[in-house]
Amino acid sequence: MDTAQNQSKTPRAATPAIKTAAIKVEKIVKRYGDFEAVKGVDFEVADGEIFGLLGPNGAGKSTLIRMMTTLIPITAGRALIGGRDVSKEPNAVRNLIGVIPQALTSDIDLTVEENLSIYAKLYSVPRAIREKNIAEVLEAVDLTKWRGAQTKTLSGGMRRRLEIARGLVHNPQIFFLDEPTTGLDPVSRIAVWEMLNNLKKTRNLTMLLTTHYMEEADRLCDRIAIVDHGTLVALDTPVGLKQSVPGSDVVEVRFNREDDQWMERLRALASVTDVQSQSAGVYRVLTSNGSQTTTQLVEMASRLGEQLTSLSVQNTSLDDVFVHYTGRQLRDEQVKHVFSMPRKGEM
Amino acid sequence: MNRFLAIVEREMRKFFRSPMLMIMSMMLPLVQLLVLGHAYGGHIQGAKIAVVDQDRGPQAVKVHEAFDSVAVNIATFTTIPYTDEYTAREDVRTGKVDAAVIIPPQYSRRVYANDAPRIALVVDNSDQVMSGALEGEMQSLVDALNQPVIPDRVVKQVALQIVELYPYVEYMKYLLAGSITLAMYISVMIGGGMLYIDDKARGVHEGYLVTPISKLELVMGLNFAGAIKAVLAGICLTAIGSLMAGLGIIFNPLADLYLLLLILGTSIAFNGMMFLMMVRVDDPLVPRAMFGVLNTLLFFPSGAISPVSAFPKWLQCIAVVDPFTYAVHGLKSILLKDGGFVSIQWDLLYLFVFGFGTLLIATPLFKRTL
Repeated sequence: MDTAQNQSKTPRAATPAIKTAAIKVEKIVKRYGDFEAVKGVDFEVADGEIFGLLGPNGAGKSTLIRMMTTLIPITAGRALIGGRDVSKEPNAVRNLIGVIPQALTSDIDLTVEENLSIYAKLYSVPRAIREKNIAEVLEAVDLTKWRGAQTKTLSGGMRRRLEIARGLVHNPQIFFLDEPTTGLDPVSRIAVWEMLNNLKKTRNLTMLLTTHYMEEADRLCDRIAIVDHGTLVALDTPVGLKQSVPGSDVVEVRFNREDDQWMERLRALASVTDVQSQSAGVYRVLTSNGSQTTTQLVEMASRLGEQLTSLSVQNTSLDDVFVHYTGRQLRDEQVKHVFSMPRKGEM
Repeated sequence: MNRFLAIVEREMRKFFRSPMLMIMSMMLPLVQLLVLGHAYGGHIQGAKIAVVDQDRGPQAVKVHEAFDSVAVNIATFTTIPYTDEYTAREDVRTGKVDAAVIIPPQYSRRVYANDAPRIALVVDNSDQVMSGALEGEMQSLVDALNQPVIPDRVVKQVALQIVELYPYVEYMKYLLAGSITLAMYISVMIGGGMLYIDDKARGVHEGYLVTPISKLELVMGLNFAGAIKAVLAGICLTAIGSLMAGLGIIFNPLADLYLLLLILGTSIAFNGMMFLMMVRVDDPLVPRAMFGVLNTLLFFPSGAISPVSAFPKWLQCIAVVDPFTYAVHGLKSILLKDGGFVSIQWDLLYLFVFGFGTLLIATPLFKRTL
């Protein structure tokens, strides 16, 4: 059973009307031959907002971000970044944005400062301002004391912070981050989250990030768009998205033995909106009334002479939202298809 | 301009931080110069020749004396007396000796009777170098034997008088021009081709493409940096190689200027060629796979190790378009002959036109997007 397949795929409308849009994407399409990687996506990101693009592998997140950052041409539709059309004024857009790619691309043979200095020069930051900017961004990412260190001596988390500093060295207004914490340990990940939150506050940056991590999207993003199969399937605040999933509570229950009847019996309980089988005898029951369902489960087990080995009640998480909107099937097949396209890019 | 210089700065900082590129680009040409220069440059010495004397007359003794003279002077070969022709021939076949000389019965009598006297030389012609050298040596020995004891007062024979324009050129010196060119090629192949594709695959270019740098600034920056690396490799190998080969021309400032011009032209030509070949390549395996093929296809037909005129027509066609040919010719003209600007003007023209021409074709092919 697949929750997403039973639900409407119509995206929820973006919450309040946006006064000034830092990013405006209108019916944007990307085609590789016959394959349509992005299928007419629309959304807006307000000034100073952190906006998350969430989706499984091959959903089209990276393609979207690459179109917005002028890296790949748009097939149809348009994207306005800071009011500038990406297709018509790419250089104006490039001056407005900072981009943190998925891979760590700073030169390992150069020092932290040299990496930043070269990027400042690529953005034509005047010499007088360059030094000041480098000092500021190093302070912001807490790498000041590593200024003269060769990049190859830095840890993965520090290198990611250097990438973030590199994207900020020319004082961009809009910041694009493609999976900024992929490959980092939990401590480094939390450090990056805190840093991004601080940057938002101190620099009033608009950020658009793609991520696989639900917790990251939940903690960082003001609004989240869920992308799947190249279309936008949901767009709302994290709270709004959780509320959109039928069943505000999730009861995880484990029976002492597997039985084909359990699914049907659980579905028949009052307030239950969905049931997902986790493994043998383990079920996630989505319900609009957690306490009532818990009582019913205990009573049902007692009546049938079965034993409940564990039972827990949680609020709906973004994981549930993600699974609800994107389904649970693996996307390997699609990923392979995308890799066979003329441009290898991840979607 | 700032952006172009930023690309150059990045490439050069990486280059100087990682001296392996410089070392690797000079290692093969230097080893080649050292090994091939010595291997092919010297005279054959100490070859073993079996001598079967079936005559034992006074004229045969003269032949033995001539052999002894060779053995103690230029030492091209030493002789080993054999008693029968069959064993001598078998020993040439099995490699125990390098050749066999058969002085037939009645040799002395035929010499005195002017009755077409002959000496046989049995050689292993599967080894062209050895058999050629021994044939040459024996021929000059026989010519000496043919000289009359009392020379004619009026010489009627046509003689060839050879005038050598330059001092004797050892093979190592001959090879130096090719080695310098090869060092620049390797520098461009590794520092330009392979690192360029590796950077692309690592996403470094993605970082450049989101900045406002123009296509021309990026192409020029990458190629200018590549040319500097190749020029440095060329200068280093010219200096080290000239000292190794004993060429004093590098102490002539005007010759140095011409050499620098040739090195610059060669670097631009090689960079342009490499950029054109790699401009649409994404797979890091491609330049690695092409390295050996290109090396063979461009280096050997260029006249670096043997003259172009000795090649078959199809190889000569490759040599005509191959920038290696002009680089090698130009460098030889200065290093070996001190030929001045006139001797290298067409080489320079071809190298610069080829370099800028290939860059001109490659630039529009370079994609400003992924």
